[in-house]
Amino acid sequence: MTITATSLSFSYGPKQALNDVNFTLEKGQFHALLGPNGAGKSTLFALITRLIALQNGDIKIDQQSIKTQPASAMKRIGVVFQQSTLDLDLTVQQNLLYHASLHGITTSTAKSRIKHELTRMDMMDRANEKIRSLNGGHRRRVEIARALLHEPEILLLDEPTVGLDPQTRRSLNAYVRKLCLEQNLTVLWATHLMEEIELTDPVILLHQGSVLINALASALVEQSGYQNLTDAFHHLTEKDDLGVNR
Amino acid sequence: MNLAASWYCFKGILIREFLRFIQQRSRFLSALVRPLLWLIVFAAGFRAALGIAIIEPYETYITYETYIAPGLCCMILLFNGMQSSLSMVYDREMGSMRVLLMSPLPRPYLLLCKMVATALISLTQVYAFLLIAVLVDVEPPLLGYLTVLPALLLVALLLSSLGLLLSTKIKQLENFAGVMNFVIFPMFFLSSALYPLWKMQESSEWLYWICTVNPFTYAVELVRYALYAELQTEAMLITIIATVVFSLLAVTGFNPKKSGR
Repeated sequence: MTITATSLSFSYGPKQALNDVNFTLEKGQFHALLGPNGAGKSTLFALITRLIALQNGDIKIDQQSIKTQPASAMKRIGVVFQQSTLDLDLTVQQNLLYHASLHGITTSTAKSRIKHELTRMDMMDRANEKIRSLNGGHRRRVEIARALLHEPEILLLDEPTVGLDPQTRRSLNAYVRKLCLEQNLTVLWATHLMEEIELTDPVILLHQGSVLINALASALVEQSGYQNLTDAFHHLTEKDDLGVNR
Repeated sequence: MNLAASWYCFKGILIREFLRFIQQRSRFLSALVRPLLWLIVFAAGFRAALGIAIIEPYETYITYETYIAPGLCCMILLFNGMQSSLSMVYDREMGSMRVLLMSPLPRPYLLLCKMVATALISLTQVYAFLLIAVLVDVEPPLLGYLTVLPALLLVALLLSSLGLLLSTKIKQLENFAGVMNFVIFPMFFLSSALYPLWKMQESSEWLYWICTVNPFTYAVELVRYALYAELQTEAMLITIIATVVFSLLAVTGFNPKKSGR
């Protein structure tokens, strides 16, 4: 399952959020979408998930445009949004059953998938607890479980580790990488935290709405002339005091 | 569109609305207290001031409580319809609307499911109100409790679609206060909910004219007749047309990212 974005541009009124963005996500690969705040990452997610309509360019999932085949696209995509979208007053199971029903999955099938997803996330014993009683890390796990319930082939995660402690961040990242390997999932992981990226990951570096670099993380480091990814990222996206790129 | 998938989707949305509803018992009670105050306190005070002549569909002189009961049923639906638009704005701000829209089913269908689910839940409040109203001698015929059901459902859909339409225009949760003053109160007072329109006409011709173009007037009349097992065709047609128009405008104008940056 590949995703191809071609000549994507999007503006909120006079403000250009994305400008001629092109990339391809390869099947079964963990891709990192890097960019400082305001780079256009969330806009890109909103476009892929059809929360906002395409203005210019196209997004294709295995050659099918999301403009002409929206239902097919939604079936294949699982999403974890930056802000939590769980219903706090419902239990874990109720939240997951709701999502499954929106995808037309029968209750019995949904229950067995919920059991499967929660068990491998070590969350089965929390199934009947309200979301409100869970900590941030557990809520994120539930959201990842939810995104996988309809067995998508693509998993999009928009800064899923924001607000979590380093240990939880690491374990979530490792878990998604494992899914990627075991289930051949195509993953797009948006972040601005360099420790979540490995040197072998393909990286799309978004800056001020444009793709600055689309290469392996190791190549990005090499290209920047710095020793590590953190320094390379800061160098490539840093602004001076006047807000002008160096 | 796959029929089975559509059904599971509707069932899921209905269950979620129901779960939210039973978890917000205080909302249920406050939705009941409002019309009951009107029925028990306001109507008692105004009973002497407002004599109601024999009008259709009533066969004899009626108490003021009996007159305003259908209007108060619609008031419950009006507040719930507006509250559902509040919850749409809330859902949009909190992101749970995104979950709904990640469904592969068509968006107009998803929004329709949400409206129908809200409407069905509102009906339980109306029936609870009608049961309590028996205590103040509002006693429509037994058959009326059944025949009023489709009328209430239609009115609930009308007001949910109006709520949804408003939610497409409201950018932030805070703006909802304006809905109270500019939508709920004018709609309610400029209708036949509290007084027959001929009374209004005696006082002011132009206020009467506004009442006659207010779809809420027809919603109230539809419910009033249906509660006495009669069909008011004109009211039904106008309510249906208004529901379709509001729904179409709401669905086409719906923008899930409105509260985004």
